[in-house]
Amino acid sequence: MTKTAQRRTVEKVTVRPVRAKPPERGAGRRLPDQLRAYAFLLGGLVCFGLFSWYPALRAIVIAFQKYTPGAPPEWVGTANFTRVLDDPEFAAAWRNTLTFTLLALLIGFAIPFVLALVLNELRHAKAFFRVVVYLPVMIPPVVSALLWKWFYDPGTGLANEVLRFLHLPTSNWSNGADTALVSLVIVATWANMGGTVLIYLAALQSIPGELYEAAELDGANLLQRVRHVTIPQTRFVILMLMLLQIIATMQVFTEPFVITGGGPENATVTVLYLIYKYAFLYNDFGGACALSVMLLVFLGIFSAIYLRLTRSEGEDA
Amino acid sequence: MSSTRTLVSPAALARPRGRAVYWTVFTSVVLLFALAFLFPVYWMATGAMKSPDEVAQTPPTLVPKEWHLRGYTDAWDLMQLPTHLWNTVVQAAGAWLFQLVLCTAAAYALSKLRPVFGKVILGGILATLMVPAQALVVPKYLTVADLGLLNDPLAIWLPAVANAFNLYLLKRFFDQIPRDVLEAAEIDGAGKLRTLWSIVLPMSRPVLGVVSIFALVAVWQDFLWPLMVFSDTDKQPISVALVQLSQNIQLTVLIAAMVIASIPMVAMFLIFQRHIIAGISAGSTKG
Repeated sequence: MTKTAQRRTVEKVTVRPVRAKPPERGAGRRLPDQLRAYAFLLGGLVCFGLFSWYPALRAIVIAFQKYTPGAPPEWVGTANFTRVLDDPEFAAAWRNTLTFTLLALLIGFAIPFVLALVLNELRHAKAFFRVVVYLPVMIPPVVSALLWKWFYDPGTGLANEVLRFLHLPTSNWSNGADTALVSLVIVATWANMGGTVLIYLAALQSIPGELYEAAELDGANLLQRVRHVTIPQTRFVILMLMLLQIIATMQVFTEPFVITGGGPENATVTVLYLIYKYAFLYNDFGGACALSVMLLVFLGIFSAIYLRLTRSEGEDA
Repeated sequence: MSSTRTLVSPAALARPRGRAVYWTVFTSVVLLFALAFLFPVYWMATGAMKSPDEVAQTPPTLVPKEWHLRGYTDAWDLMQLPTHLWNTVVQAAGAWLFQLVLCTAAAYALSKLRPVFGKVILGGILATLMVPAQALVVPKYLTVADLGLLNDPLAIWLPAVANAFNLYLLKRFFDQIPRDVLEAAEIDGAGKLRTLWSIVLPMSRPVLGVVSIFALVAVWQDFLWPLMVFSDTDKQPISVALVQLSQNIQLTVLIAAMVIASIPMVAMFLIFQRHIIAGISAGSTKG
């Protein structure tokens, strides 16, 4: 790419010597050019600096400080970390968040894959399926959460009504300590699976048909074709979405905040919810930042793997 | 449509048994989709039209016995929806505009103007992709507070610009525009800004559309960040207001407000569905 560009400039030098630019390396290095380039960059750089780079550094600094807005910060070493670690809610928050992520992977991952697999075989009403499956994604998450809170209502909620209609035992849903987390996973899956389904569909469509034909000639049945053709062919997309989903679900906040308020018995307090509580309920910004740094480090690892994989795949292509 | 071979062979589908299976599966999927994705929306839209007694009754009614518009009109008046909707529109529109102007300019500079340290800056921007956004809300909140931007729409607009994904999307697109085209414009006497405005932007309509949709949807759907920065009730967007008001308001009125809050994004989706769906599908396979 750069090589051809370089060749082109050289050609131009010979054709239009009057307009000739200095060779690639020096091009645009003159001061006015640089000032102009930075004028274009300025707004973006200020915003990234103030709202991305600086907060990232600041989180680390405040994690080691006693920080109250308006008062000078005070260095406290690792006191924030030890205090947060001693909080019984800390273990609950991490346990809930990891369970949520795991359940979301089991429920929110298998269902869209199977759904996409089936949709890809259907020859009719394709546009209908795509629009309908994506509809919940466009409903504001707060509305989805409130909607399901209403469905989960133990007295008049639709969820129990459906169970009664099917003659099944009713459940406490989001109000029961042992069912609350699963109930939230169902909401998140319902609200977000549209995007996953569409991405899988696109991946499935890029599988060459000859592979299925060859597999069939070799006597592979439907399940064997899924196992030996579909899954290996979409392996990369599956892996990417899995990483993205881990990163996204580990930051869950809206559903527990709106539907359960972290309860019952701390069953749905998540790490992000705990960060919010430290900052806005306890006014303990040091503790909130200590928690943020832990979340950051944990998720940063997944993000790094994700970026690394997407980049190497991009270079192959 | 496309005759490419999928998991099931066309021959198997053509057989009577294959056909029977196909139509059974097709019908069940249609029913499943209608139940899982359309029914909740129907339930919400009609629930708001039931009387307060009817909405609380067991077993529930599938169709309202009497249709009331009271839920909707009450929601509009009692919950001050016009104010909150307007706040959301202002926040979303501003975030869109700031992002479009500043990200485009920055992406253009990084892609075509070769600033010294351009690679370092791009690296710094891409590195933020590794930082999960929500993990930084607290220090970001403190920064916004220090700048005196709490309860100010700028608290939504400016952080929205720091969107590495959209910036990178734009930069990648600009990279594909041949240098020759820009040089031709320069020879004709166009400045950098003029080149951006009259050559690059018209060529970039598809990517600008994608970025616009991403920007609007992100602000409209966000909850945690506006919850933090808008403590002033009159400044809150609809998502925050809904949750704050949900505690002590009649159920039918709340449901009506939920429907109203959903309409703008759902309408936008129905209008631009082809582009949105194509964008999601294409963005993923390219990686």
